[in-house]
Amino acid sequence: MSEHDHPHEHAQRDFQPDEEPTASALRAAAIEALLTEKGVVAREEVTRVVEATRAQTPQAGAAVVARAWSDPAYKERLKARPFEAIAELGYDIPIEAPQLYVVENSPAQRNVIVCTLCSCYPRALLGPPPDWYKSLAYRSRVVVEPRAVLREFGTVVPDDVEVKVWDSTADLRFLVIPERPAGTEGLGEDALAGLVTRDSMIGVSDALAPEGAEVRAG
Amino acid sequence: MSAAPDDRKPHDRGGWPTDEHVDTHDHAHLDWEWRTDALVRVLSAKGVISTDQMRRAIESLPLERYEASSYYERWSAALEALLVEKGLLAAAEVDARARGAA
Amino acid sequence: MTEARARFAPGDRVRVRREYPPTHFRTPLYAQGKTGVVEHLYGAYRNPEDLAYARDGLPKAPLYRVRFEQTHLWPEYAGAAHDTLCIDLYDHWLEPSEGGL
Repeated sequence: MSEHDHPHEHAQRDFQPDEEPTASALRAAAIEALLTEKGVVAREEVTRVVEATRAQTPQAGAAVVARAWSDPAYKERLKARPFEAIAELGYDIPIEAPQLYVVENSPAQRNVIVCTLCSCYPRALLGPPPDWYKSLAYRSRVVVEPRAVLREFGTVVPDDVEVKVWDSTADLRFLVIPERPAGTEGLGEDALAGLVTRDSMIGVSDALAPEGAEVRAG
Repeated sequence: MSAAPDDRKPHDRGGWPTDEHVDTHDHAHLDWEWRTDALVRVLSAKGVISTDQMRRAIESLPLERYEASSYYERWSAALEALLVEKGLLAAAEVDARARGAA
Repeated sequence: MTEARARFAPGDRVRVRREYPPTHFRTPLYAQGKTGVVEHLYGAYRNPEDLAYARDGLPKAPLYRVRFEQTHLWPEYAGAAHDTLCIDLYDHWLEPSEGGL
């Protein structure tokens, strides 16, 4: 899990008493105000969704991966019927959430997720996507030079490992189960979940090594 | 970023030539960006718009605008275009309100 | 009819149609004209080319995951020869491919 997902960071940025609102901010506010006056939406409805979205973290995804690492039968259920398996852990998936498909890394294959056409992402499980996932650079390059892009995330994939890129162009959203790090045999699910980063579930990095967790979080 | 390498639309980025590195850092969203994200979700839940309509509106932005805009600037522009198309807003009233709020 | 018949099955070789309509569609240019292998049939989904214009998206279109060799997609691909890429594509964007790459 990335430190960038902690809500306090957002709160700091949102309060900007000395800054003039940008033209984009004014126009967005105008659209919302007009829709409110016309009775199309209520301001509180929008606020509630903002709060719910800002409370979302990749924690659900990390918990699901940790259970899949710990319980092979659960992993098979997760791959076969993802939403039912996620619900087993007590996480609610909104009924309007797009269908999920779970892919598993192996010593022979690494999977990397992108949406070249827009920003399709398993929000129900990971929360809002990171900026880089939506960036033109990532969307342009990861399909044509995935290994170079992975190196920019500090991930070096040996040539004998197949890199498989998944371009989410349609109705499915993808979640990667990263490889379970070595040296984690004795760890419980909570400790394991702490090693599962958002980026590892998109496929651009590995799960954290147990002793490396502190280093990566800083 | 540069002109399209062919006649493709601005959103069709796969393999689009660029030397730009991936900036792997996250940036906090501004308040209006969170609200635009939420507004799109609320309007979708009400059936006023849909994901597919939003995609169509985003990819209809001119290339220069698409590339110069931030992610939620694209969303906001696309949302406005859809709402005007549906007759729920008039472009002139959005202009006037945005000026008036300044 | 609310669902078109799936014309392909996993293992079939398919070619992606080359077409760039002015209207909305979800088949990236880089895959157009390329040959791949059907890896999975997900089921049938409402057609985004219809949904984008506030229509009902029916009949539903079969949706496949198609796998491509990276060295086939990009002649100058610099990664390993066994690297692959997969895209989710609707039935009407695919045609049978008899030959090799």
